[in-house]
Amino acid sequence: MSLKITKSGFLTLVQDYGRYGYQHIGVTSGGPLDEHAFLWANYLLGNHYNAAQLEISVGGFSAIFTKATMVALCGADLSATLNNEKITPWQSFYVEVGDVLSFAAPISGLRAYLAVKDGFEVASQLSSCATVVREKLGGIDKNGQKIADNQTLDYHKSPQAVTKRVPEYFIPQYKNAISLRFVPNTSAVSVGDSGYKTLIKKPYRVSQNIDRMGYRLSGEPIQTEFTGIISQGISIGAIQVPKDGQPIVLMRDRQTMGGYPLLGCVAYLDLSLLAQSMPDVDVSFKPVDISEIEAGLLLHKQFFNLPL
Amino acid sequence: MNIVRLSENTIVILFEQIISHDNFVLISQLVSAIKQHLNEYIVDIIPSYASIHIAFNLLKISGLDFKKKINELTREYATANSNSQLGKVIEIPVYYGEEVALDLSIIAEKSHLSEQGVIDAHSKKTYDVYAIGFAPGFAYLGNVDESISFPRKETPRKKVSQGSLGIADKQTAVYPSESPGGWQIIGRTPIQLIDYNSKNLTYFNAGDKVKFVPVDRLEYIRLGGVL
Repeated sequence: MSLKITKSGFLTLVQDYGRYGYQHIGVTSGGPLDEHAFLWANYLLGNHYNAAQLEISVGGFSAIFTKATMVALCGADLSATLNNEKITPWQSFYVEVGDVLSFAAPISGLRAYLAVKDGFEVASQLSSCATVVREKLGGIDKNGQKIADNQTLDYHKSPQAVTKRVPEYFIPQYKNAISLRFVPNTSAVSVGDSGYKTLIKKPYRVSQNIDRMGYRLSGEPIQTEFTGIISQGISIGAIQVPKDGQPIVLMRDRQTMGGYPLLGCVAYLDLSLLAQSMPDVDVSFKPVDISEIEAGLLLHKQFFNLPL
Repeated sequence: MNIVRLSENTIVILFEQIISHDNFVLISQLVSAIKQHLNEYIVDIIPSYASIHIAFNLLKISGLDFKKKINELTREYATANSNSQLGKVIEIPVYYGEEVALDLSIIAEKSHLSEQGVIDAHSKKTYDVYAIGFAPGFAYLGNVDESISFPRKETPRKKVSQGSLGIADKQTAVYPSESPGGWQIIGRTPIQLIDYNSKNLTYFNAGDKVKFVPVDRLEYIRLGGVL
């Protein structure tokens, strides 16, 4: 027994960096919705970038550590407490046998990432333990199920080490209004110029309809010349426009193919901000050229030692 | 053919936006060529009816250079080479009996064919595997005979059983696992189309060809079919 989960919370999932190389058979990537927070949590502990963590959405989660170890908490502030003392995210700390870590409700952001030294021990399925509920893939029991009450997660005991904190510059503020950079789609299957002019005119709003597959936004309907396209492979961050004209930004658990007209693609690194946004957050879009965002993503990959 | 950079590390090759056998042949050949020549850069590749979507490794190549390489390769494959070897033909046993073929009688009625006539029209053709998506192992096959081509149900079923064989417009497909779905169901196969524990994972891949072979109830059950 290692981490004993007493309250599983609203939606708590085992996630590693995700599943790659299987999209041709319809298997999506999965992985952390907020990659920025996930990678920093592993970085603070000196973990491999792919070490498995818990993605705790909204809160209501509580667990007891039965081995001493270093842990890191990044992402949303979900009113976490360690033995009833408040603990803030974006830092690592030491836990002893019997320590209780609890999350109540969101103060800012939606998803917290809990990492332990060297990661949770979860068997992989198709080279990843990322949980994708819809595909019945990954997770503790390799069936895509979210974490349930009274489950346990193994990890190695580790000695007390220096606690670390993410440099202030890299700690995002989760605000009520965010701006996302995006690359307009210029192909024959895009919604065209008028659609993209509508998108950038006024902010949209995060709707109630948000999950790991996609974030549905609401605002001025985007006119499309056609209601469907011949289904094609879909990039992460793709902005789809269904019949009702309300854009959907596709996230980690998206279907690998889609048949709605496309408007563009949100800059990869900006998806982390969207993933932390609650319903009613204002979202404005800023068109950019790929050359403006390519170097940033490359630096990110190099900094965190990602192989792809 | 049009090559479009979609994001920092994804690109799509768009062909004439129609569903056709020519596209199928061209795309299958180009996918093989990309895997053969540019494999070191590829993270994920999704062939579809009229496109190839590629996620590439930005640590190994810049977007501009990758587009250049794709451009060079596609120029060699500008037209389909009909002499080249395509994927194998895979046979899928199907039980078209009424207890599993929930919409067979409706299709028969609308197409003015007997139920056997619908089964014959569906099982005589060899289908192209255009794409796999929607769900793991869900293969889009085409094209079905005009006479039995009907749109999806207006209200999707909440639950379609694993192995169900459906028709939607010109396409036909098997549900690899139980899920909600709106396709017209005309039979069921005992074959497990996706198995995360098997070596090949899926029974077939985009680029293959598929033929459905009618089997009777006993044979369906013998092959592990569930009613």
